[in-house]
Amino acid sequence: MADKYNAENIITETQKRISNAFDVFDHESNKTVDVREIGTIIRSLGCFPSETDLHDIIAELEEEEPTGFVRYEKFLPTMTKILLERKFRPITEDLLLQAFEVLDQQKKGHLEPEELTKYLTQEGEPFTQEEIDEMLSAAVDPDKNVILYKDFVSMMTFDDTR
Amino acid sequence: MGCGTSIAIENQTRPSETAIKAAILIQRWYRRYVARLEMRRRYTWNIFQSIEYAGEQDQLQLSSFFSFMLDNFTQINGNGPDLISHLLDSVVDPLTEEVRQLKYEQIVVPESYSGPRLSFPLSVTDTNALLSAFKEEQTLHGKYVLQLLYETKKFLKQMPNVIYLSTSYAKEITICGDLHGRLDDLLLIFYKNGLPSAENPYIFNGDFVDRGKKSTEIIIILFAFLLLYPDHMHLNRGNHEDHIMNLRYGFTKEVMQKYKTHGREILQLLQDVFSLLPLATVIDNKVLIVHGGISDKTDLDFLSTVERHKVKSALRFPKRSIDHLNVQQSQSRRSSSRHSGRSKLDSPRSSGRTSRASRRRKKHFTKQGSCSSSSSSSSSSSSVVDILWSDPKNPNGCSPNSFRGGGCYFGPDVTQALLQKHGLCLLIRSHECKQEGYELCHNGQVITIFSASNYYEEGSNRGAYVKLGPELVPRFFQYQVSRSTRKLTLHQRVRVAEGSALRALKEKLYTHRSELMAAFQQYDIDNTGRISTSEWAQVVESVLRLDLPWRTLRPRLARLCADGNVEYESCFEDISPGDPIPPVTPNLAETLYRYRTDLEIIFNIIDKDHSGQISIEEFRQTWKLFSSHLGVAVNDQTIDDMARSIDFNKDGSIDFNEFLEAFRVVHKLDVKEQQQG
Repeated sequence: MADKYNAENIITETQKRISNAFDVFDHESNKTVDVREIGTIIRSLGCFPSETDLHDIIAELEEEEPTGFVRYEKFLPTMTKILLERKFRPITEDLLLQAFEVLDQQKKGHLEPEELTKYLTQEGEPFTQEEIDEMLSAAVDPDKNVILYKDFVSMMTFDDTR
Repeated sequence: MGCGTSIAIENQTRPSETAIKAAILIQRWYRRYVARLEMRRRYTWNIFQSIEYAGEQDQLQLSSFFSFMLDNFTQINGNGPDLISHLLDSVVDPLTEEVRQLKYEQIVVPESYSGPRLSFPLSVTDTNALLSAFKEEQTLHGKYVLQLLYETKKFLKQMPNVIYLSTSYAKEITICGDLHGRLDDLLLIFYKNGLPSAENPYIFNGDFVDRGKKSTEIIIILFAFLLLYPDHMHLNRGNHEDHIMNLRYGFTKEVMQKYKTHGREILQLLQDVFSLLPLATVIDNKVLIVHGGISDKTDLDFLSTVERHKVKSALRFPKRSIDHLNVQQSQSRRSSSRHSGRSKLDSPRSSGRTSRASRRRKKHFTKQGSCSSSSSSSSSSSSVVDILWSDPKNPNGCSPNSFRGGGCYFGPDVTQALLQKHGLCLLIRSHECKQEGYELCHNGQVITIFSASNYYEEGSNRGAYVKLGPELVPRFFQYQVSRSTRKLTLHQRVRVAEGSALRALKEKLYTHRSELMAAFQQYDIDNTGRISTSEWAQVVESVLRLDLPWRTLRPRLARLCADGNVEYESCFEDISPGDPIPPVTPNLAETLYRYRTDLEIIFNIIDKDHSGQISIEEFRQTWKLFSSHLGVAVNDQTIDDMARSIDFNKDGSIDFNEFLEAFRVVHKLDVKEQQQG
């Protein structure tokens, strides 16, 4: 009995979180959001999907005749499932640091901006110019002109909202 | 050696599996990081807008207060001031034009004054001198301000309500939106786009003043160019070109601070100048430019007949003016206006979709026994209010603009209908801050253009202007004034704006503390100090009446305890009161905090000579009126004690700025940060 109550509680809380996040982007207050904001909403709810993952989700959420908008009625069940199943698990600080260390083949303890740019704009799901520019503006140490990734990771994973 | 390098090169051209995986991981992680920042930026934006519009909605409260006073009091007491005459302060010019002009010419400017000395008619030398002076933070002497305003008033009197322009071949017109006293933005526009001239015409679409600190400089520059290039410089009126808005949003204060001797006269002249600003501009009979928007009743021909200078403020319609606010008949048109052949005059709107605010005003009018002309006069003034206050929205239809308390929300069908009616193809308006400085809506038929960058806070938004050539295809140009020379990262920009928004929100929570606590406690029967997140969100939303994502905001506003519930008192922790005045009870203090701005406006109106002082009697009476209107129970003794304790000099007058300062909240975290240096 208690478990069922808890389970229901969890679902309601989850749905309210989803609803709140959705509302932030619902400009017309008519329970729809621009399809281009779906990625942001999903990510802000704690998930780390890849771009491919997002394309699949969006394909599911769009209408038969794509309107450019996603309705809340469709979004809610999909998102609830994603959260309850804990899909797209978070990337921890350690994992992130390891990733940078892998890229630092010569074990210098830092990365050159060109090195990082090459990887991130040419491999995987490449960054746009805007994305790499923004990341470098925060990552590159202005005096040494290199990326001290250990410091960078610490800084970026620090949650200043708590 | 050779082998070594070639292997190294090979490694560089073909990254390993693990490296690719690492890159993907970083990309996935970073995109999520950015999304979280975007979410914070977005709700910060929502907070700013909600509070801004809620503040503007308070204007409605103020105007209903004036109605209340008009209904119930004709005079305060025998010796006291006639509050009503304060309100019906229509600027009657007792001096003739020649005398006034002479008076200004005779003002002596001291030798020590090193600022620009204008000579009329203005020349390019004068405008250049003004621009240089303002860049150097100099102030233009009051004499020249008065002369400039006086010339501007004379000039604007000849202008029609709606101005028709044309683009000749190879000339582009530049249209700018709200500036709100941001001189840096104006200078940046001139730098990027050139100064106004015959080859470079400009339209400024209202809201030149309020909020920013350089409103005076902006209107001086704009009016100077207006006089210098009357055919190539055009100004539309905005909803902030309104002396009551100026009392609340900072322009009045700015003028009085910069011009101690001539400030009052400058403000009086400005009342006239603002109300004489044209309401709309039409380019090539195809593009309509107004500050706010339109309603389903808007008609350009009708608009051309309104006596615009009678609508001094959207926020009050004193009884006396009604009789003068007649709709001109089609035969007596202004000489310089050009119209199409139709002399259509819409019949007075009796029912239908007038805004809530004008409906309330109409009720007031009939109580005073005005004749049937009231409906036509209110339709004149409401047609002006619609132009200055309305906002476009996506749903079809036209409904009262409850956010602003004036004007409407108009849908794509309303836009389409108006454009079709007058053979137009585009509506350009301002009035709303947009993150990118501009935004299109209604299938590209409406452009919003906003020219004050960093409007809410450093990094909050870009500014923009739009250029139209003969082919009438809009070209947008964006910019952002940056206070710091080093570019801020995305995170820093978001944090600064967010901090400011959250501070404003926390103040709101604090000033509604008793109501909130009472509501919280209804959910907390056992007095544990805790309630669920849902309950917390519900209470806050219903008390503050701000439509915000409270659950998302909760972590920034209130603490959770171990069992996952919200410690509701923690949302008041970060704020402490300023130095309280002893006889004031906490409840009264809260009311004073909440209505601080409204009280400030009323004090400013009563303080006719803008000295910063009002008599104790005036203070007493104002407060009694206001609190009885609000339904707040304050006993006379408390008011008297308060008044006496504020009267530090014991000379029977109160420095109300000092009084209001006592009710400014202090943010504890700010104090801590300052102490840590």
